[in-house]
Amino acid sequence: MYPESMRPSLEKVIQTRNKRFELAKSGKPVFPPMSAEEREEVLNEFHPDYKPDSRRKIRLGPNKGENLTTEVTDMLESHSRIKPELFDLTRPDYETDILIIGGGGAGCAAAIIAMENGAKSIISTKLRLGDANSMMSQGGMQAAVPEKDSPACHYLDAIGGGHFDNKPDLVRALTEDGPDVVKWLEDLGVVWDKLEDGSLQVLHGGGTSRKRMHSCRDYTGAIIMRTLMDKVRNNPDKISILEFMPIVELILDNKGRCAGGVLYNLETEEYFTVKARATIIATGGYGRLHIRGYDTTNHYGATGDGLVIAYRAGAKLLFMDSVQYHPTGSVFPEQIAGFLITEKIRGAGGQPLNKQGKLFVFPREPRDVESSAFIKECLERHNGIKTPSGRLGVWLDSPLIEMIQGEGYINKQFPAMHRQFIRYGIDITKEPMLVYPSLHYQNGGVEINEKCETNIPGLYVAGEASGGVHGRNRLMGNSVLDYNVFGRRAGIYAAQHTKSAKLGTLTLEHIRNFENELKKARVKTDLITPILLPSYTPEDVRKRQVTAHYEGTLR
Amino acid sequence: MATKKPAKKKPAKQTKAKATEKTATVFIMGKAHKVPADATIMGAIEYAGYQIKRGAGCREGFCGACATVYRLPGDYKIYTGLACTTLVEEGMWLSQLPAIPDQKPIYNLNKLEPNVSTFQKLFPELFRCVACNTCTKACPQDLEVMDYIQAAIRGDIEKVMDLSFDCLSCGLCAIRCPAEIVQYNVGLLAKRLYGKYLSKESKQLKKRIKEVKRHKYDKEYKEFKKMKKEELKKKYYERDLE
Ligand SMILES: Cc1cc2nc3c(=O)[nH]c(=O)nc-3n(C[C@H](O)[C@H](O)[C@H](O)COP(=O)(O)OP(=O)(O)OC[C@H]3O[C@@H](n4cnc5c(N)ncnc54)[C@H](O)[C@@H]3O)c2cc1C
Ligand code: SF4
Ligand code: SF4
Ligand code: FES
Repeated sequence: MYPESMRPSLEKVIQTRNKRFELAKSGKPVFPPMSAEEREEVLNEFHPDYKPDSRRKIRLGPNKGENLTTEVTDMLESHSRIKPELFDLTRPDYETDILIIGGGGAGCAAAIIAMENGAKSIISTKLRLGDANSMMSQGGMQAAVPEKDSPACHYLDAIGGGHFDNKPDLVRALTEDGPDVVKWLEDLGVVWDKLEDGSLQVLHGGGTSRKRMHSCRDYTGAIIMRTLMDKVRNNPDKISILEFMPIVELILDNKGRCAGGVLYNLETEEYFTVKARATIIATGGYGRLHIRGYDTTNHYGATGDGLVIAYRAGAKLLFMDSVQYHPTGSVFPEQIAGFLITEKIRGAGGQPLNKQGKLFVFPREPRDVESSAFIKECLERHNGIKTPSGRLGVWLDSPLIEMIQGEGYINKQFPAMHRQFIRYGIDITKEPMLVYPSLHYQNGGVEINEKCETNIPGLYVAGEASGGVHGRNRLMGNSVLDYNVFGRRAGIYAAQHTKSAKLGTLTLEHIRNFENELKKARVKTDLITPILLPSYTPEDVRKRQVTAHYEGTLR
Repeated sequence: MATKKPAKKKPAKQTKAKATEKTATVFIMGKAHKVPADATIMGAIEYAGYQIKRGAGCREGFCGACATVYRLPGDYKIYTGLACTTLVEEGMWLSQLPAIPDQKPIYNLNKLEPNVSTFQKLFPELFRCVACNTCTKACPQDLEVMDYIQAAIRGDIEKVMDLSFDCLSCGLCAIRCPAEIVQYNVGLLAKRLYGKYLSKESKQLKKRIKEVKRHKYDKEYKEFKKMKKEELKKKYYERDLE
């Protein structure tokens, strides 16, 4: 329930609603979309990426000298968890065709397709299979299926949304494979939202020129992810799953080819080695780094591990200077601060409103633009609504959706959202939600080509961990598509690679070299990565955690 | 709350929440801890100083990793909930379930038929359901679990799909079921059968896939690729919106 202090503003939302409804119904734009110049201006002034200390030059490695997001530079300029000399690489603990790092959407899609192309795989994953950002997507997946749409339209939307920085071949792969992915998933048993006649239900998303958002109510990710997981689990002789066993370093061979990785058992604290003729990094994003102190929508294991292990092995990163903040993270009640409120809400007609109950931005600008406009409205124009704990936000008028789409629409299309709020006494069919940008997506990542290859032979990357597909700003619905398109591609090309690949002597020399580079660059840090899990232990508890001699968990 | 080493939380631009002063005493696996009165169970566990390994995934009510059982003072009932979305209460005695013993039949969807005999074969224990409704009461998503199990027994796949759509596979129903049924796997199979066999086909989808295969869009893609950034920009800002 909203407190008294927020009531006066809520009243204004109600007062303006009928007028806004009339305009929305008329089919005219409810607010003028921004021009290129206006977009640039609001980004420059208000996007967190454009703050002076948001980026820092990295002093070593393949991207040496480049400005990356400060927290990413911090993470990359760090020590390994392991001492290379303690590992006997002549006797690996596991051997397989393909090592897949990460049991999210990209990892599972890759394993399924690799299997169909004759390759066996091991999926190493940090938490349980499917404990991943892929499980959480609500809004949906873009694919140019409708008659009025075309893959070329989709291409233009994606590349414009990404500020024309995207790698064209990757955008082509993304958009051209789209329709086939819809079919592939349906054949695996995904239940798409459909109309009576069997045609797929589509909605708009931010930055789309055509309706092409496909969904499974607002459990899109959960339905797709569980379907992929079930398929994986039905093939235990071809795909082995190692849960709570993240990879903490890659292994190379003496020719610089990727040859597997080092596993860490989170529970027993043992390390194991995996030898593989091809390796696919599918570790997802980095929301749990809490860049610039922002809350995040991401799952517990989203700590950017893939970037670290790839970087130490010499892989090049792309666009790691840009961070995606989702415009509509929730800010009230406190317990769900940062949780995602799907963009589909705006796709279905929900509107962002200021303290006066007025629209101040076109509801479906690309995400970075929309987020910046929200921040501006709160911090510069002082038109935000304050919560009792001091957070600021703008309204997201959901009751309007019921007026536009018909009563019952929210319960049918947004059960997860409805559930999220009704627990706290807020019925989103009757009252709006309060929102503010939340750290959401890693726009860049390890640079790949359309075969998911990196500059290291035998190393493939797919999904959120990769860079280039979305330029510097991803559009909604393009990353669910991304992990399917490029997960499948990684599966195909890695499987092909294993047919002819030979490996020399296995080595962890690159870890030693990186350590030397740290010294040479005079980096002083205690940080050990990959980070694996964030810690939310309060300061006063931490002050008492003063074991003098750490002997591991077993003694 | 601070984050581990690299991500020392800097103050965000917007004012951070103040810690609430009101506290509640909860018993985490039997040990008493004072925690913020409006915390979620997950927040309380972390506030008390535990580093969760098992028992947290999405942290937003989608993955089902955080199944929790608890009792309340002066109440004989065992309650079930998700740690990430359930709020603590004064005197709550709680324990997370690190994992739920799972049993999943192995099958090849391509070889199954969407009818009741598939369920009879793969989940023979379904027919032991005594209609006690315990599963429904245990479900943190408030799903009609018993009804979808009954629908599976009748072979009404569409109904199972619909009623189990929002299931998180948290396992709380299964752990409480006297008939030892693994409800969520029944629901999952029904959804997959429905998606693959029963959902009406989209003609447009087939058509579009054919068009792509016949290279219908090659020319446009090639033109886009050749365009200079300025040209592409112009095209983008001039595109018509549906
Ligand atoms: C709340 C939310 C809603 C979203 N909604 C949408 C949407 O509507 N539409 C859309 O297109 N996109 C959406 N996205 C984005 C999209 O879901 C993700 O970008 C996408 O799922 C990423 O898939 P992935 O397979 O690359 O990574 P993930 O699904 O995150 O999988 C990565 C896996 O790797 C594991 N891992 C991490 N480190 C290691 C390691 N060191 N060793 C082994 N395993 C490791 C992780 O635990 C995880 O299981 C949303 C994201 C979130 C967080
Ligand atoms: S049906 Fe069972 S597994 Fe699914 S959400 Fe409800 S209690 Fe959890
Ligand atoms: S708990 Fe088990 S026996 Fe009881 S209604 Fe549910 S499925 Fe049937
Ligand atoms: S942590 Fe995913 S449902 Fe609670």
